[in-house]
Amino acid sequence: MIELTVDGIKRQVDVVPEMPLLWVLRDELGITSAKYGCGVAQCGACTVHIDGLAVRSCQSHIGEVAGKSVVTLEGLDNRDQHPVLQAWIEHQVPQCGYCQTGQIMQAISLLGLIPRPTDEQIDQVMSGNLCRCGTYPRIRAAIHAAAAASKTAEK
Amino acid sequence: MGHMQTLSRRAFVFGSATVAGGIAFGAYGNVEAAAASTDGNPLATGLGPNSVTFNPWVEISPDKITLIAQHADIGQGVGSVQPIMIAEEMDLDPGQFEIRFAGPSPAYFNTGFADEFAPFVAADQSPAAEEARAATLEWLRKSGLQMTGGSSTIPDTYEKLRVAGAVARETLKAAAAKRSGVAIADLRTQSGHVILPNGSKIAFVALAAEASKIPPVLDAKPRDPSKWRMLGKPMMRLDVRAKVMGELKFGIDMKMDGMLYASVKLNPNKGQPIKSYDASKARTMPGVKKVLEIKNGVAVIATNSWYAMKAVDAIACEWAPSAYPAEQADHWKVLESSFKPEFLGKEWKKIGDIDAGLKTGKLVEAEYRAPYVAHQPLEPLNGIGLVTDKGMEIWVGHQSPRFVQWVAATAIGLKPEQITFHNQWTGGSFGHRLEYENIGVLAQIANQMKGTPIKLVFSREEDFLQDIPRQIAIARHRGSVDKSRIVAADLQLASTTPLKGLLERSGTPSKDPDGQLAAGLWNVYYDIPNFRATSYEARGLSPSTTWRSVGASTSGFFTESFIDELIHAAGLDPMKARIAMCTVPHYRKVLETVAEMSDWKGPLGNGRGRGVAFVESFGTPVAEVVEVTATERGIRIDKVWVAADVGKVVDPVNFENQVQGGVVWGLGHAMNCELTYSKGAVQQTNYNHHEAMRIYQCPIIEVRGLENDPKVRGVGEPPVPPAAPALANAIFAATGKRIREMPFNKFIDFV
Repeated sequence: MIELTVDGIKRQVDVVPEMPLLWVLRDELGITSAKYGCGVAQCGACTVHIDGLAVRSCQSHIGEVAGKSVVTLEGLDNRDQHPVLQAWIEHQVPQCGYCQTGQIMQAISLLGLIPRPTDEQIDQVMSGNLCRCGTYPRIRAAIHAAAAASKTAEK
Repeated sequence: MGHMQTLSRRAFVFGSATVAGGIAFGAYGNVEAAAASTDGNPLATGLGPNSVTFNPWVEISPDKITLIAQHADIGQGVGSVQPIMIAEEMDLDPGQFEIRFAGPSPAYFNTGFADEFAPFVAADQSPAAEEARAATLEWLRKSGLQMTGGSSTIPDTYEKLRVAGAVARETLKAAAAKRSGVAIADLRTQSGHVILPNGSKIAFVALAAEASKIPPVLDAKPRDPSKWRMLGKPMMRLDVRAKVMGELKFGIDMKMDGMLYASVKLNPNKGQPIKSYDASKARTMPGVKKVLEIKNGVAVIATNSWYAMKAVDAIACEWAPSAYPAEQADHWKVLESSFKPEFLGKEWKKIGDIDAGLKTGKLVEAEYRAPYVAHQPLEPLNGIGLVTDKGMEIWVGHQSPRFVQWVAATAIGLKPEQITFHNQWTGGSFGHRLEYENIGVLAQIANQMKGTPIKLVFSREEDFLQDIPRQIAIARHRGSVDKSRIVAADLQLASTTPLKGLLERSGTPSKDPDGQLAAGLWNVYYDIPNFRATSYEARGLSPSTTWRSVGASTSGFFTESFIDELIHAAGLDPMKARIAMCTVPHYRKVLETVAEMSDWKGPLGNGRGRGVAFVESFGTPVAEVVEVTATERGIRIDKVWVAADVGKVVDPVNFENQVQGGVVWGLGHAMNCELTYSKGAVQQTNYNHHEAMRIYQCPIIEVRGLENDPKVRGVGEPPVPPAAPALANAIFAATGKRIREMPFNKFIDFV
């Protein structure tokens, strides 16, 4: 049995330690907001937070995640009012939407490190997240909007 | 004759049929014939007590209102805009109805293909063209072709879904009139209720039982667009919130009790069987339940997807060799030798005297190439299948429900009607989910695991290996310029056949020349006195299929790059010359609009360059200007301007998103994507080999929609074809280097 905390809840899974966190989340725990896209850290669709940092869950072996705290999009604090998710809705970013949960988790991580990113900084941090539908202009706009909203909220 | 088509579309769609315990409005065929039959409306079967279905798109029970999204949602917004077109007319608000995808039924045949399949260019609105389109429509009705594709989401349903909503609204009013004794004319509808003159309200759901007992109001007319509450205005896509919150379940997210997981290793020599395999190691691996042989490979059944993928990877297989050349160089050789009469597809168009024209003035000749390309939507192919003694149930996101039935049934010796298909939300398609790589395989696996639901997920690598690619093509274009004018253009290409291939694999083979090879080749709207467009169909190469914008994705690049070469040879400005040569007034307006948006004033200098391209595909004329800068690190794409005329912009925010996405798609794949064969298999097996555009390369994309076209057109694909030639033309303007082959990064670096 491997123990970890997912979205604030302690979980136990009986799988081999090499299994990527992604598949534990999806197939063992039924948390499907983390998506399988490439399996080799090329697309970012599987992005979750481990101890507060964005990671590709397809590259994190469950054995190494044991005892850590994993947060998926579904477990975000204040998810319904989260400024990044709100900006994503406001700007109607998704088309097919498959990559967007990963994009959002990466964007939240970005804004945690750089509260008011420039386009260049957005490009740098978000380029590991592929969107086959081509929603990049809206992703940029939503990140700027979320940054502005967070700034306003702080005042 | 435009009138005739409108009439015939409606007549095909609306009839009425009374059924026991309810009523169904909207059978197909003429009204009289349909009145005696329930065949037309698939919702009539399975209708609960005290419920009503007005047509194949509306179902009301005492508990809820369900609106049917006729097409598959592949990210283009079907699951939002189609129900909203009905809701607009029914006076329903978002949140007052559930959405369900259409099941397989000829009632959902795609009227939107009439224009694309009839052998006339889109701008031709002559009586002969309209008659041919009406005949095509009748063929579509008879064949019951239910397919999402060809940018037909809006063209197919713009009329019929609004009429469907209007019929429902007026019939509910009639039921309310009967109940209340108030004249219909004194009733109105609002927010899911019929409103009586005294202000009291009756919920639609409360009228279901009574509505099922009265004749439907078939002459209900949709409202004038000026009265729209939602359509035509910025509105929120209904699926956005669920997608952002991570709550929307895609096909790959579905789960069933007792389900096991499957992954496959299939012969990468597409279409060929497995010869032998050694699964001794796989059988001992964790989570593995079973190893199964199927026709073209092996499957592992395991307790989760990753165990299945790991184990199937450990199986050593011996494959039957490919039927097409094993090596890529030989694919090109076959194409090179296909410009011969015996491979003629069709001479699609001939104007003037091409031989004499080519001898006038200065001759320009150029060869262009476009490679195989993969679709690779981010959600890999998947599906859940359950085979029992009665038949098979299949849960999968697919664009052709009836063909899924045929393919699955054929794979395991059932009849199509024994396949129950449940369409799913999909993480993109771009043409991938028109093919069947996962369908027959899933049927074979589930058939060997009777009674157990099996969830099949392709690994990304397997998905790449099995992905039936976009056509490969070579163009050999010749033209001449004289006295600052294009005198002749002789456009010839040899290509594999995407549509023919798809139809064959769908069980409906066609002997006709592949019409998609004419797209972007013959629908050239420039005043060129001597013009010819000819396609040759290469044989014996990789199977090919429809890839977002299909034929025009390659031909648009060839044609608009070559036209640019001719314009430069004639010493003209690329934008001004196109505007001057354009023979269709509202297409000219598209070019003028993009010129105005980009403030086109000729060459920019200082290593910067702009290119323009104009392509009509699927009836939608699109002009794009791409601006690039040649930097020390390579070409940087700075900005793109797009003008597209769709007749009516129904969903403006999504319209912009679709157009921007189409530009990103067109540019990204032109820059750096190709599939190449070696030893019969493609060499690119993940996104690092086939990257397309990432956000750091994405330019600012400014979009304007025009509404001058006499018909309502689609926009999923048409922004794709002009992107590649506009980029190539911009690179030429910035560097003097003319790139005639995709992907461009074989010849120039990008930032």
